[in-house]
Amino acid sequence: MKNEYDVIVVGAGPAGSMAAKFASENGVSVLMLEKDRDVGYPVRCGEAVSLAGIEEFVKPDPKWISAEITKFSFISPDKTEVIIPFEGKGVILERKIFDYELANLASQKGTEILTRAYVNGLLIENNSVCGVKYDFRGKQFQIKSKIVIGADGVESRVGRWGGLKTHSDFRDMESGIQITASNINVDQNTCYFYWGSEYAPQGYLWIFPKGNGLANIGLAITGDIGKKKSALSFLNDFMKNYFPNASVLSSVAGGIPFTPTLEKIVNPGIMLVGDAARQINPLSGGGIVSGMIGGSIAGKVAAHAIKNDDLHKIYDYEILWRERLGKRHEMFNRIKNGIYKFSDEKYDQIAHSLVELPDEKRTLGNVAKKAVINNPSLLIDVAKVFFK
Amino acid sequence: MLKYNYTKEIVLLLIEILPDKCDFCGCCVGVCPEDAIELKEAEIKIIEELCTNCSKCVWSCPIEVLKFNRNGIEAAEL
Ligand SMILES: Cc1cc2nc3c(=O)[nH]c(=O)nc-3n(C[C@H](O)[C@H](O)[C@H](O)COP(=O)(O)OP(=O)(O)OC[C@H]3O[C@@H](n4cnc5c(N)ncnc54)[C@H](O)[C@@H]3O)c2cc1C
Ligand code: SF4
Ligand code: SF4
Repeated sequence: MKNEYDVIVVGAGPAGSMAAKFASENGVSVLMLEKDRDVGYPVRCGEAVSLAGIEEFVKPDPKWISAEITKFSFISPDKTEVIIPFEGKGVILERKIFDYELANLASQKGTEILTRAYVNGLLIENNSVCGVKYDFRGKQFQIKSKIVIGADGVESRVGRWGGLKTHSDFRDMESGIQITASNINVDQNTCYFYWGSEYAPQGYLWIFPKGNGLANIGLAITGDIGKKKSALSFLNDFMKNYFPNASVLSSVAGGIPFTPTLEKIVNPGIMLVGDAARQINPLSGGGIVSGMIGGSIAGKVAAHAIKNDDLHKIYDYEILWRERLGKRHEMFNRIKNGIYKFSDEKYDQIAHSLVELPDEKRTLGNVAKKAVINNPSLLIDVAKVFFK
Repeated sequence: MLKYNYTKEIVLLLIEILPDKCDFCGCCVGVCPEDAIELKEAEIKIIEELCTNCSKCVWSCPIEVLKFNRNGIEAAEL
């Protein structure tokens, strides 16, 4: 290890690894610190991604793909099922292996990686972040850098220490729980989404197949729902009613910040990527691909700023991110605010109008349009969702 | 265990971490407005000097690890 690095990345999730890879690739020295002993474990994720999103960064490998998805199934509160073919291709990852692979890509480009290194403070000089303090196997260390990239996920304390407001309102944080269970008899190429107050009010419950009868089953609810009934309790009820014979092979909790990107994701000497920056798609809750996109932009921008000896250039990252996805996420957030608050009756009404459409017309793009035509009262809601 | 919070009232820590239940997922840390929770790989701690007992972490914990205990955590530990 060196005494000083150009860039220190905190957190070795998908966003951190991509930031590290792109910074290394563009010719600066990078150290990535991860608090856990294993990169990629525990897996706090449903593991569903679009193949096209992943392919921008890494060649698909059967090693880390556990199922291919060609259909979505939406189940409304009265159990009406709407099946929609997925025009692109989705995959369910094996994230333990996938995250390893991404870290490995960074390492191949020159990033040094240290696990079991818990970052517990920042070095700050002249109002600018210039390194980190960390605990490694019970001993305290510190190390300097020109730029720190906070990729420390939903908790992002690194962001706060760097003067960026990374905490989420409890009403925007979806508290999630997920199990990987066996004996789940569902179609192995379909992702299932359950809507309504029985399953996950102001959120949804998902079943994502993982091959051989295994599936990820999880749900997320906001803190104002959690006040009355926890995510755990919702999931226990669902499993008792729908899959009483399933065995649970693993179980994880996790937070998903359902908000648009933070207003500020850069301060002098520090940049935030992935969940730390709230780069999750606030409509779906998917954050793997968007975190990788954020990471890749940040890594490149950091390297160029350092090589041009103009650290102020890291602010370009905020603009580039907004153009690439940030603005789109703001629109998704407005749609979410409408859809997630629909009553059970409204979900049922939409589902009924959709099942009547012939198969070939039931594309995701057509759904909104046709739903409106088939059920004019929806117009007001959709209009509200889009224009509010 | 008595402490002062920013309103200068004497406050007792009322948030209890139930033993052996935490999954160390970070959800509570993400909603804590005071940065009062320290979370390592398999270790969680509430920093009493910073906590205001607002309970947001309790509501956000997906698996019922945190509990608001009006008697204070010391009483609960007895
Ligand atoms: C239940 C659940 C289901 C989900 N399902 C999906 C899905 O199906 N599809 C999808 O696209 N997204 C999903 N997401 C979201 C997705 O998991 C995240 O958006 C993604 O992991 C974000 O990547 P990241 O690199 O920003 O952060 P993370 O993957 O969370 O990585 C952050 C890393 O930083 C480390 N770290 C934190 N603090 C420190 C510190 N102080 N020092 C050192 N290291 C630190 C952590 O240990 C962690 O390894 C889900 C999330 C949850 C909780
Ligand atoms: S009660 Fe409030 S201040 Fe205290 S740890 Fe929980 S969220 Fe933070
Ligand atoms: S939200 Fe609950 S499970 Fe997650 S770290 Fe906090 S106390 Fe532990």
